[in-house]
Amino acid sequence: MKKVIVVGNGMVGYKFCEKLAAHPQRDQFEITVFGEEPRPAYDRVHLSEYFSLKSSDPLLLAPRAWYEENRIELRTSELVSEIDTSIKRIVTHKNNSFQYDYLILATGSSPFVPPLEGVSKTGVFIYRTIEDLEAIEEYAKKLQSQGKYKAAILGGGLLGLEAANATKELGMETSVIEFAPRLMPRQLDQQASDLLIKKIESLGIHVYLGKNSKEIIGSPEITGIDFHDGSSLDVDMLVISAGIRPRDELAIKAGLLTGTRGGIEVNRKMETSDPSIFAIGEVALYNNGIYGLVAPGYEMAGVAVDQITGGEKLMSPTIDMSTKLKLVGTEVASFGDPFLENENAIAIRYENKQKGIYKRINISPDGSKLLGGILVGDASDYNNLFQLYINEIKLPEDAEDLILGARGGDGKSSFGSALDLPDSAQICSCESVSKGDICGSLTSGTCSSLKDVIGLTKASSCCGGCKPMVTELVNETLKSMGQEVKETICEHFEYSRQELYDLVKIHRIPTYNDALDQLGKGHGCEICKPVMASIFASIFMETANRQVGIQDSNDRFLANIQRNGTYSVVPRVPGGEITPEKLVVLGQVAKKYDLYTKITGGQRIDLFGAQLHELPLIWKELIEAGFESGHAYGKSLRTVKSCVGSTWCRYGMHDSVSFAIQIEERYKGLRSPHKLKGGVSGCIRECAEARGKDFGIIAVEGGWNLYVCGNGGANPKHAVLLASQLDDETCIKYLDRFLMFYIRTAAPLMRTAPWLDKLDGGLDYLKKVVVEDSLGIAEELENEMEELVNKFTCEWKEAIESPEMMKRFKHFINTDDSNEELVFVPMREQKMPKPW
Amino acid sequence: MVTMEEYFNTYQSVDPQNVLHWVRVGEVSDFPENAGGCIKYKSKQVAVFHFERTNTWYACQNLCPHKLEMVLSRGMTGDAAGIPKVSCPLHKKSFSLEDGTNLNGEEYRIATYPVKIDNGNVYIGFAD
Repeated sequence: MKKVIVVGNGMVGYKFCEKLAAHPQRDQFEITVFGEEPRPAYDRVHLSEYFSLKSSDPLLLAPRAWYEENRIELRTSELVSEIDTSIKRIVTHKNNSFQYDYLILATGSSPFVPPLEGVSKTGVFIYRTIEDLEAIEEYAKKLQSQGKYKAAILGGGLLGLEAANATKELGMETSVIEFAPRLMPRQLDQQASDLLIKKIESLGIHVYLGKNSKEIIGSPEITGIDFHDGSSLDVDMLVISAGIRPRDELAIKAGLLTGTRGGIEVNRKMETSDPSIFAIGEVALYNNGIYGLVAPGYEMAGVAVDQITGGEKLMSPTIDMSTKLKLVGTEVASFGDPFLENENAIAIRYENKQKGIYKRINISPDGSKLLGGILVGDASDYNNLFQLYINEIKLPEDAEDLILGARGGDGKSSFGSALDLPDSAQICSCESVSKGDICGSLTSGTCSSLKDVIGLTKASSCCGGCKPMVTELVNETLKSMGQEVKETICEHFEYSRQELYDLVKIHRIPTYNDALDQLGKGHGCEICKPVMASIFASIFMETANRQVGIQDSNDRFLANIQRNGTYSVVPRVPGGEITPEKLVVLGQVAKKYDLYTKITGGQRIDLFGAQLHELPLIWKELIEAGFESGHAYGKSLRTVKSCVGSTWCRYGMHDSVSFAIQIEERYKGLRSPHKLKGGVSGCIRECAEARGKDFGIIAVEGGWNLYVCGNGGANPKHAVLLASQLDDETCIKYLDRFLMFYIRTAAPLMRTAPWLDKLDGGLDYLKKVVVEDSLGIAEELENEMEELVNKFTCEWKEAIESPEMMKRFKHFINTDDSNEELVFVPMREQKMPKPW
Repeated sequence: MVTMEEYFNTYQSVDPQNVLHWVRVGEVSDFPENAGGCIKYKSKQVAVFHFERTNTWYACQNLCPHKLEMVLSRGMTGDAAGIPKVSCPLHKKSFSLEDGTNLNGEEYRIATYPVKIDNGNVYIGFAD
């Protein structure tokens, strides 16, 4: 048995353990890992999420139990202080000594603290470990209690901006100080940096560029920083994030070869100058460089495991530093050589200051190859561009289409299919998984699903950026093998939503329990239950009161659960039109039950903070005043937003409010694969923002234009024109067909825009089905919709009229007490839940 | 609101052999089928689940350890590879109702309590 000692339990040290633990020769090794931090290895890339998570547990790469299960001895809070290479032994600061056959140095790096006067003052921090974050959080709270709010970050690189986001999240007024004339000077050019600054400043973070710090002032606490240009900045706390220094002190003491500017020299085998010692991760000096990204660190870990198990794997000759990340809410990516622009490279830039997007690609002069680039604001094309770059794939004729999208023509993507990539194409750079690895695992029969492939190759398990591409490759490969790609909804039903919809309808399956008996297995789960509930509702128009146990938690209680477990109440206000009398009732109810009130984006009023047992009381009063459930809690029709239209507006062409009310009344209570929103505008000024909805209707000369498949949210999409100049009746007829077709065929939780994207034949096909009735199902769709519309009942009215149904609106079954754990704090004359 | 410390002190799993009190919390028909209900014992809130298909009962703390809110009884029930589970209504964290472990692979876990049914009544076993 060979003894392997890993010094350092960071991300790369952990990756080494993971790979060795999974190796066929695992049993020939005894593994001991030392970590100086108190916790097992955690995800440092997502460190700033620690503040929002309020716990370090979700960041752990593996719990302690994992090390036990894999027979790895994990010694945390123990620092290795000495290596004696002559007798292959290490000593720790607790004076324990251990023999090794192979020693893996994964000691990582420490923050570089510039030699400034005053860096040791109270209130100056570094940003590297969870302990650092805890100290920053504690100090920030202390400052805030004294009415002090000014924080600054020294360093505008990647980590510095992460730190800035963290202090901003803590409620500090944050500034970023950078020595270079731009942010992220290693990744971004001036134009990209300017745009990023605009975005960051809009969030309230100030950026100071070209600032050379001279001295940290204050005594004993920091009160400010003086700069060499004579200016100064008042700050109450400072976080230093000015780069990293490899932790090579142990190696230097042991006499290993290190670089003049730090780092342990390694060859392509990741061997140091002592062949039984390997160095991996940020401490390794490879090709004269230190690499502060996880992907190369993971590759190094893989090479070291291969080497000690007798393999011949070598490190790639050049290290790719491409990266994509979200910084302070902004997508930023750079790949290849982002700055290249000379006789051998031409840069193509696209900038849209209104939307806050900057894209740059550097291509070879003949336009055939992609050499590098930068994306800010919208990095959705990163995966595709990165593949073109890393695999040196010949570019399409109009390279600018890569960042502008194909204009005109067939609307096809400029990137083609993932299957066109060569087998060597690296798809997942964190885990270095190639296209060949993914497709090969399927064609060889080792894997038969996406889950298998991810389990085997670990592709997309790290940052997840490549997940869409991995999914596409798996689906396309399975298809090419003649296998139908089954999109089963979960482990309990081996069917897609569409299949389940058809089966329930054809066999008239009455309940979820019957469906489990006839079509599924087990007890079901939180995925299949709401899907089936939606299907039952869409076929039989049954309310959420009939099969209560299978409803998603919000539907079960007919209200939206909020962060402290209380609920919000949203009555329907069709088209956003409401009488003063009804407004008064809403105000009275809110006052009586002490509810926080806010106007929603869908032109209604949301009442927050209702306890479970208060919901029926509140609804009883609302129903008496003529309100109905707004279904804000359901995957169902929400609102049809309207502008005031021709009745009042001097530009209005038609009466958009009346039409919006008519449509909202028609489809209210309609449950669907995801939520549905609509809008009606009285003229092309589009004040109802109807094209940001699943269906949008806009008044034009001679009728209504009907747009479909838009949405707001994270990936906004404008609805596209389905038919124009329609009269009221035809417009509703087309809407019936469109909505029913969507309800029948979409996957669970898929809104209309992605559904249209996936629909074979796209918009043209949809037009044929809805307008030209190419499938001959138009009448059937209309009849189905008519039946659903006729069966509408307000489920809140239904609930409060039934004593049996009311039983569920109680916090405790065995007492009438209310939940006393709830704590609210005041906010702007109203209240909010005590923050987590 | 519960603090981390109170939480660790209040909610500890109880093994059937360590039960000191079987507390009656209602009749079988008071509890929804294939879903949860919450009961109160001393200062504890406990979620009780009736898996009607196999006629098995489970009980666990009502407090979700992720955000420390009293919500688990309002979560959806089901199974993952045969393990009975509840999924929190706030962020869909799933917990085994057999041993309280988190099924998303995260560290936190919940306390579970034994349930017995006797003559149509539901009893939860506590050690305090």
